[in-house]
Order: sequence, then structure tokens, then C-alpha cells
Amino acid sequence: MTTDPLSSTEPLFALRVPARPDRLRLVRAAVGEAAMLCGVGSSWVGDLVLAVDEACQNVIRHAYCGRADGDMVIEMRREADRLEVRLVDFAPRVDPSLVKPRNLTDLRPGGLGTYFIRILMDDVEFCEPPEGAGNCLRMTKRIE
Amino acid sequence: MTCEAQEKNGATVVSLSGEIDLQTSPDVRRFLLKSLSQGKSLVVDMSAVGYIDSSGIASLVEAYQTARKMGLRFALAQVGPSAMRVFQLARLDRVFTIFPSVDAALQDHA
Repeated sequence: MTTDPLSSTEPLFALRVPARPDRLRLVRAAVGEAAMLCGVGSSWVGDLVLAVDEACQNVIRHAYCGRADGDMVIEMRREADRLEVRLVDFAPRVDPSLVKPRNLTDLRPGGLGTYFIRILMDDVEFCEPPEGAGNCLRMTKRIE
Repeated sequence: MTCEAQEKNGATVVSLSGEIDLQTSPDVRRFLLKSLSQGKSLVVDMSAVGYIDSSGIASLVEAYQTARKMGLRFALAQVGPSAMRVFQLARLDRVFTIFPSVDAALQDHA
């Protein structure tokens, strides 16, 4: 008897990378490949990849304020009928009440990232980070 | 990520290729604004853009707003499904003028 690795709660992957723009392509590739392991469609994968990319951008731009010496950890796991992504950084604590999507009727460059995360994921919340970490964003998306 | 410009029918056609993200969008922004400084209408060929995120969108919005302030036309052409999805999420498909081809965009500029 074998255990289906994709139905367990073990991580599909955990990746620790420097929180820098030049690592985002690597993160997107990992998230996309892991999502496809779960048999979801390409548009679903595209939405997940965009949401995780935007969350990583927030870490780079806002949590680390553009500093290039911090790391972030992206951990992805399947939980029954959903995929869960945890994004951990080692930056100072962020006040979750300050992380808000902007009004779309306000046409201006920037500010769309948090909006994308909120509409593309089913649940988004800051949770208690592991010891030694700064912030932990937990995002889940139902598998369709 | 590459950006190339050529003059066609009195407009500047900028062809973007690759993935537009936080790493590459500053280059895209600079290239689009520099192209607009020529004082001609701008058509952005998106056919080879495989990915765009909010930072790439911001570059396009800034170029669009700059073109409007300069009294120049700004259009997108051949937007692929991945980029169109992002435009739709941001409701920018209702803001940008989008053509199915560069030729169609140039005809509209003529």
C-alpha cells in the first residue's frame, strides 16, 4: 500500500531565497510546477502564481523596505481540497491593518498587489510566525 | 525581458517580450517613457509578453497617463490571455485601448 504524497499535509516544497526581485522568477516557477502536480488547470495555476508573486513583492518592497539582505521562505502544501502557501520573512513586524487593497476606481500606477492577492486567494491572513521570523502570511486557494 | 521600438505609420511601436515583473518593470517603464518623449503615438505590442504583474501594470498605467497628458494616443496590441487576465482583474481592460493586432492599432492611429 502506498501513500499519495499529494493528499498528505507534507509540504509540496519549501524554498528559502533572498528577498530580491531577481528571485521572483524562480519563486514563480516553483509555485507553478508544484501547483501543476496537483492536477489543476493552467488558468488556476496562473492565478496562484500571480498571488504568491504579489505577496513576495510586498515582502521585498514593504516588509524589507527594499533592503536586499533579508530572506523569505515560501512553503506550499496541499490540505485536502485546497493549496496552502505560507510566506515567512525575517523583517520587522508588519501591522496587518495597514495592508489594504486600494480602490480600483483610483487609476494610478501601483497599489494593485494586495488587491490581486485578496481576489485570487480564498483566505488570506497574517498568522503567528515561527520563532525567529518576522511575519507569516498564510494564503489558501480551493482546488477546482 | 526585451524592449524594442520602431517607427511605423507615424507612430512608435514598442514590442515587449518576456516576463514583466518587479525585476524587469523599471526597464519597461523607462523604455516606454523614453519612447513617448519622441512625441508620437505609442502602440505597445504585447504578443510576446508571457507574464505581467502589478509592477508591470504600473509601468503601463504611468505610460498611459503620460501619453494622455502629452495629448498622444496610447494603445496596446495583441494582448495574450495571461496578460489579459491581469488587465481584467484590475479592470484595466476598460481603460486601455486594446487592439487585436499592431496593424489594427496603427490603422486607428492613421
